[in-house]
Order: sequence, then structure tokens, then C-alpha cells
Amino acid sequence: MANDVASLGAAMHPWGKWGRNFVEYGVQAANDALDDAGLAWKDIQLIAGGETVRNGYPGFVSGAAFAQALGWTGVPVVSSYGACASGTQALATARAHILAGMCDVALVVGADAAPKGFFAPTGAGNKADPDWLRFHLLGATNPIYFGLWARRRMDLYGATQSDFAKVKVKNSRHGLENPNARYKKEVTEEAILSSALVSDPLHLLDICATSDGGAAIVLSSMEYARKLSTDPVRIRAISTVTPQYPSDVIEMPNFATDSAHSVPSPDTSFRDSIAGNAYEEAGLGPEDMSMAEVYDLSTALELDWYENIGLCKPGEAEKLLNDGDTTIGGRVPVNPSGGLSCFGEAIPAQAIAQVCELTWQIRGQAGARQVEGATAGVTANQGLFGHGSSVIVSK
Amino acid sequence: MSNQKNRVPAVEGWFVADGEAALLGSQCNECSSYFFPKETFFCRNPACRGSEFKEVALSQRGKLWSYTNNNYPPPKPYMAPDPFVPYIVAAVELDKEKMVVLGQVVSGVEIADLKVGMEMQLVLDRLYEDDENEYIVWKWKPVTEGN
Repeated sequence: MANDVASLGAAMHPWGKWGRNFVEYGVQAANDALDDAGLAWKDIQLIAGGETVRNGYPGFVSGAAFAQALGWTGVPVVSSYGACASGTQALATARAHILAGMCDVALVVGADAAPKGFFAPTGAGNKADPDWLRFHLLGATNPIYFGLWARRRMDLYGATQSDFAKVKVKNSRHGLENPNARYKKEVTEEAILSSALVSDPLHLLDICATSDGGAAIVLSSMEYARKLSTDPVRIRAISTVTPQYPSDVIEMPNFATDSAHSVPSPDTSFRDSIAGNAYEEAGLGPEDMSMAEVYDLSTALELDWYENIGLCKPGEAEKLLNDGDTTIGGRVPVNPSGGLSCFGEAIPAQAIAQVCELTWQIRGQAGARQVEGATAGVTANQGLFGHGSSVIVSK
Repeated sequence: MSNQKNRVPAVEGWFVADGEAALLGSQCNECSSYFFPKETFFCRNPACRGSEFKEVALSQRGKLWSYTNNNYPPPKPYMAPDPFVPYIVAAVELDKEKMVVLGQVVSGVEIADLKVGMEMQLVLDRLYEDDENEYIVWKWKPVTEGN
């Protein structure tokens, strides 16, 4: 396909709370991805960094911070920010350079060192910043939004806290087999339901942590990749869509949705459009996917994504989960990596990490968490202020 | 004594701070779209280039879209009391404006009292206080018989 590029090398720095500089995680992931691709840093023609906003200036110019650490080679640099979708923004920028013929091979890196506990607002106390105001006026932490979405599933579809806990049980089993996961421990439903209730109906163990970690992908043209590999894994689509007005689901960090008073709500919701646009670009559909890596900020949100990426109809996600369809060995495993549930958020790295997992799965290199016969997968992710993020990877 | 303190809105211009509670939004003079918080320079409807708005009081009632709570103190700049008292946050859909607006729920309401679709009413209540002032914010309250 005309828009295909190759995921030629993939690597992650293990997620955890390591207490080191984020650049170190990025450099290790970058070097390992280069080794995985059979390339050296000097071969790279563009470096694309996903930005982190919690690590000072080097985080804002992360592409250059990684390039300096790897050793200046004079190549062009970009640094991309899209909140939780920063990694996809960096991948999309690198892909655009490759597809435009401006370079053959690029290194995409994201890494973060995250603070403990709730994310507090950035922006140095600017009192007109909606992110500052939502904390000041409402105490609307991120789990408040997760709780709103989760409760709506319960009241609309009859979902239960037990259903939500079963998502975590599944992901904890998947993550047991992932050497890069932060939490490699099987968690029982009882343990989840007896953990602290943070934002009703969500318990502490329903909500993802914040972590240190890094991920890197070597992206190249298909022509370049075929010189190094007989069967390179392909990136078939990258979706970085924004919502369509009026967007009618309450999203971080907003106080209100758009109004559908004068313009009717679009036929496709923002979250449906994220993977929807990727499927359209790839010429593939949900039925072609062997697996998915979705953005499970909370267990309940993973269930929303089943519907948003087209694995089932609205209201059917609990059934899909409870039938075992989304467990490794089931019809379409979701978060075979263990997901954010086992990793926690390392914001600029997480969308890149999703692509790492799909790359390894499609190569058949995922070890004990291998999805049998994996040929294609979709990622879904979303960044604050309307950053859609979805990537389709296939043989 | 708290009854001697000045009642000050916790944010200026977002709601009617004395008398009957009402959120203050804006409405585009061109396309009639509503916005909360107010837009005053540009209309966010992509088909509209409107740049003039009137301030409007939004509907004081709506239907509960969803609800959750904070069982642990949110980080600053939230001014959490010590000891912390858990509170509910609700998303309420305004019928006329066709938009969902967040707000805290008044104390005394439990999660078990709420259900998506319930009628909710806007009220004014204290957000926090310091030595001189009591800071006021909008909150949601379930509509029960007689209120």
C-alpha cells in the first residue's frame, strides 16, 4: 500500500519507578531499537521525540535531548506533543517525512519520569488555564473523569464493579509474561474490590499508575526495510484525528461538552472516529484484527474501547470480556502486553509502546504472551484536548 | 466566624454569585451555539465565523449524565479541607443547551442516591474559605419533592 512504512526495530526500557533522568530511559530504548533493526545511530536520518512536560526544558525539546545524548550527528529533529498521544504524534511526523521522500529511516523515541500520585496541573498556576481551573474549582482529577465514564456504563448497560475488576485480572495475567511490565503479579478480583475506592465505582487497582519508562521504534520506508528484512512488519495507518464539533462526551480537562443546540452531534463520536479513521486508511476493519492494544487508564475505559474500536456493539463489552474473547487465547486479545494496568502511564512513551507490542506479536516474538497467528493489530489512545491516536500494524 | 466573612465567587464571571444560582455562558450572535465557560472572541462551530456573543444564564436544571466522587483529597490548586470530606462530582446534561456541565454535588448526597437520568438543580455553595472570605462555587443538587 502507498502509505505503508516499516516498523523495523522496536524496544522498551522497562517501566517502573527508577528515579533516573527520562533521557536515560529513552537512550536505552533507542539503542535497543537500533540493535533490533540491525542499524547504528549514524544510519538514522531523522529523530522524532515525544515530549514530556514534567521534566523541564529537556522534556520540551526531547528529540534534541535524545539526539544530544546519543551524540550529535547533524540530522533533522522534531519534538511532538499531544499529551498521552505524544508518541503517535512523533510516529506520524516521522512517517510523513518518510512518505514524502524526505528521509528513508527515522528513530522515534518517547520516555518519561513521572511524579507519584495524582497528576496535578502543569502550566505554573495560570488561573485562566482550564487544566488549573478544573483542579481548583472541582478537584476534577483524572480519575474523576474515569469514574464518570465508568458509572455511565453501569447505569446504562448494567456493568458491575466485578466486570471492571475482571479486566484487571485479565491484564495482570497478560503482564506476568512481559519483562518490560512494571507490575508482574497476578491480581484477584477480591483484591481489586477490596482496594481503596478512589472515585466510585473505581478502586485503586482499577486505575493505572504513573510510571517511568521509555519506548522506541525505528521507522523506515518499505524499500529501505526490505534491504534488511525479508518480511518487515508494516505500519498500515496512523490516525491523529481531532473531534468533530459538537463533541458531546465530557473529556479531560473540560468543564462542559460542546453544545449540540445549533449543530447536531456528529454521527460518529470522537472515540469511534479514532480507530475508525485508521481502519479507513488501512483498508481493514475490526474483523481483520488479531488483537488490540488500548488505552486502559481505567479498567472500565478498556471496556469502552472494545466498542469504540468496533470489536462489539455498545453495551456488549462486558459480554465480550466475560466470554474470554479478549483474553490471550480468545478471539481478539486486548492488551496482550498487560496494558497500562501493568505498566502505568509514561506519557510520551505509551503510544510507542503499544506499537512495540504489536510489532513483537506480529513477528511471533512475544514469548509466553504470544497471540497465536497474530497478523494484524490496532492501537487506540487519546491525548488531552482532543488528540486521537490509533495505529494499525500488520504482517 | 464564617457568617462574618465576605462571600466571594471562586472564579469571576462564570456564574451568578448571589441570589438564584445560574451558570453564565455565552451564545454566538450568528449561529446561537452555547458555550460554557464563555467564549467571547471566536465561535467554535467550524461553520461559523461569529465573533460577537451575548452573555446568557444557562438552564438551572438538567438530567444527570453521570456521577462519581473524590474519596481522597485532590492535589492543589484544590483547597482541600483537613480532615478531608469525600464529595461527589456530577455531569449534568442541560436540555435546552444540549451540553453536559460538571459540578460538585452538595454535601449530604450519597452515590447510592443518584441514578443517570435524574433531575438535578443548580445551587450556590461554599468551595473553601480562608480568614477573610468564603469562596462560592456552583454545585448540583438532586431535585426532590418540594425543592
